[in-house]
Amino acid sequence: MRNPRTATTGVDARATGAVAATAVACLALAGCSTPAAATPGISDDVVTVGTHQPLTGPAAAGYSSISAATKAYFDHVNASGGIHDRTIEYVVKDDGYNPATTQTVVRELVQSDGVFAMLNGLGTPTHSSVLDYLDQHDVPDLFVASGSTLWDDPEGHPGTFGFNADYVVEGAALAQYATDEHPDQKVCVLGQDDDFGEEFLAGVERVTGADGVTAHESYSTSNQDVTAQIGALQAAGCETVLLATVNGFTALAVGTAAKMGWSPRWMASSSGGDYPTLVELLGEDVAPTLLEGFVSANYLPFGPDGEWVELFRQINDEYNDGAPFDGNTVYGMSVGYLFAEALAQAGENPTRESLVQAIESGELVGNGILPLSFGADDHSAFDGVGITVVADGVQDYVGATYALDGESVTAVEPQPVALENDGVPTS
Amino acid sequence: MTTTRPAGPALRPAGRLTRTQRILVRAALLTLLAIAATFLLDPYRNYQLAVVAATFCATSGLTLLVGLTGQLSLGHAVLMAAGGYGYALAVNAAAGAGLDGDGVAALVRVVVGLVGALVASGAVGGLLGLAGARLRGPYLAGLTLAMVVALPALATQVPALGGDQGLAVPFEAVPEALSRLVVVEQWHAWLAIVVAALAVTPLAVLRSGRAGLRMRAVHGDETAARLAGVSPARVKVGAFVASSLSAGLGGAVLCLVTQSVGPGRYDLAFSLLLVVAAVVGGLGSLGGAAAGAALVVLLPWLVDTVTGAVGVPADLEQRLSGNLAVLVFGALLIVVTLAWPGGLARATARRRAPVPGPDPSSRPPTRARTDAPAPTER
Repeated sequence: MRNPRTATTGVDARATGAVAATAVACLALAGCSTPAAATPGISDDVVTVGTHQPLTGPAAAGYSSISAATKAYFDHVNASGGIHDRTIEYVVKDDGYNPATTQTVVRELVQSDGVFAMLNGLGTPTHSSVLDYLDQHDVPDLFVASGSTLWDDPEGHPGTFGFNADYVVEGAALAQYATDEHPDQKVCVLGQDDDFGEEFLAGVERVTGADGVTAHESYSTSNQDVTAQIGALQAAGCETVLLATVNGFTALAVGTAAKMGWSPRWMASSSGGDYPTLVELLGEDVAPTLLEGFVSANYLPFGPDGEWVELFRQINDEYNDGAPFDGNTVYGMSVGYLFAEALAQAGENPTRESLVQAIESGELVGNGILPLSFGADDHSAFDGVGITVVADGVQDYVGATYALDGESVTAVEPQPVALENDGVPTS
Repeated sequence: MTTTRPAGPALRPAGRLTRTQRILVRAALLTLLAIAATFLLDPYRNYQLAVVAATFCATSGLTLLVGLTGQLSLGHAVLMAAGGYGYALAVNAAAGAGLDGDGVAALVRVVVGLVGALVASGAVGGLLGLAGARLRGPYLAGLTLAMVVALPALATQVPALGGDQGLAVPFEAVPEALSRLVVVEQWHAWLAIVVAALAVTPLAVLRSGRAGLRMRAVHGDETAARLAGVSPARVKVGAFVASSLSAGLGGAVLCLVTQSVGPGRYDLAFSLLLVVAAVVGGLGSLGGAAAGAALVVLLPWLVDTVTGAVGVPADLEQRLSGNLAVLVFGALLIVVTLAWPGGLARATARRRAPVPGPDPSSRPPTRARTDAPAPTER
């Protein structure tokens, strides 16, 4: 009986010793893990920014070209000497449009790659899963690629700024256009089953009233079949269908309706209304017929013969291997331009604080068709959108432009920004 | 490592510490060691460590279930998801009821969330276990597989689960008193390690005690077990529930660390990877389960790092993204089963102790390995 006892006492003694040693080690090492004070991602000649994008997965079809366009624009800026003599390095991580992956890659960007700021993280479900994380680490979270109203929360998330016109604005503007152009028609909504669809519907209902929407259907991105929803809309006798859909599902909705021999008037959010992308998805042969008269909201310079588009086409040819030029290209480059402008205004030696201050100053101009609405108490980029229509295979603005002013939608004049200095901002 | 070879109850005279106490001491030591290790890691590694700890909760439950009772579950991701959703619902309810502050309120909120996770995963696991006790081999595997496939549809159809977007939970910041000492990832890693210890230690106790013997008996020969007065159905359901609770805590940890739970994380590939982790680590071995969990979390990242460093062309890299890791897992599984049929745990155990002792755990698991072929069908 003696031996086992001494043995177990030995275990006890060893345990105590190990615990004590561990405690000492904890204290000794405690100094190593406190956060550093210097501004991450800024060196003497490089500014590193990061993003999460759906390069693979369900949303890749519509959006994977955005980050390539942004990168091409930054190459253009870098070739002209950069901003305050620093070149911009853009680290793109694929999250497959899966929030779980977003959380991992964003941590990698912030902690391993040490980015200065996040730029244009794409998607509502994906980006909302890292919102608090970025706030906790004081990482500027600029120009989120989604129209959710979540990004406009200066109190809760002081470093987060949106880029898209929010879905409430888009829904309201499209509904207003529908009622202005075709009064007394049955207006219906097909939306994604998340914030995108809900906020868009809320915007539509601000114009039509809660019972002004004849039918409302929703879809889930995990189910690539909208036959039931389209059938329900057709049965409800819808004449105009407002779409809160991503590009892939806009094509799916239009295609499914066409198969069922139904052709209502389609009006899509800017997130799902890019004509070249839709043509690619639906096929060159049928798309021009199916999409003639297709209405969409937009807020970026997309007219076929504008000076911005001309510049972006040049950049696309030079730095993006002449990839197909579509709304995503304009979008990606516009995001890049706005970031370059913010960085230029943030001073010779930018810090995370000065970058956020530069945006909140309200002095950024951007390149949209309406003035930016950024300010200390407004973190959304656009309060209004213009209406584009596809005519003879060309998508262009028709002049109708709406802004959401509090509760009411008003028609406003577009105020395009003139192109200066070859599209490279100077402070 | 925790409990690779529990001491046989009848072979050693009662010392001052009982078998259970020894397990507890060892668990406490390992927990402290893991917490100390977080000081050596940078924040991103600490985040990975937290995810490993969460995965370890699931793989340890699974390895026990498959290794000891021979019940093959391909759906442990669903049990993790159940835990995650249970955590999110409970935490949000608690936050809504006034527990939305920092400090003590935050800790109480987390505990409420963990209880929610236990309730949810226990309920789902109990139901699955009841069905599983009547099913054998491939049929149970099929049932659990169907659960994984059904999860996204279920999350979309039940409004309370928040669709593809899932549910968000409040961010758990570092408590005021510790905020000068640790960053948030490290704090989360601590929480994850403690929860993992709370999840796995009971499994270790269970495994080394009578329950473990009953499980082995049922796995070895149900009729013989029944003749000896052991109820196979009860043992099987019990094992399934225990394993579910542990997986549920893992899901809760993931939810806590990432502030959200959604069907995207718990897909079929992840569920199968959990099985691969248990098999590669060595069925029935908790140390092996830990190694397997680390593999599941770190291998995709390692593969990405390597492909990034080698400088693969962008379009090829995009095509490989996500797929290459699965391929490596497959290859690893084949290599390990060929070289060490008992998994990594057996390989190291054999090197450490070449003479097999009269350890009651050493025989039945060997059987378990030979007649549990399904996991390798991946």
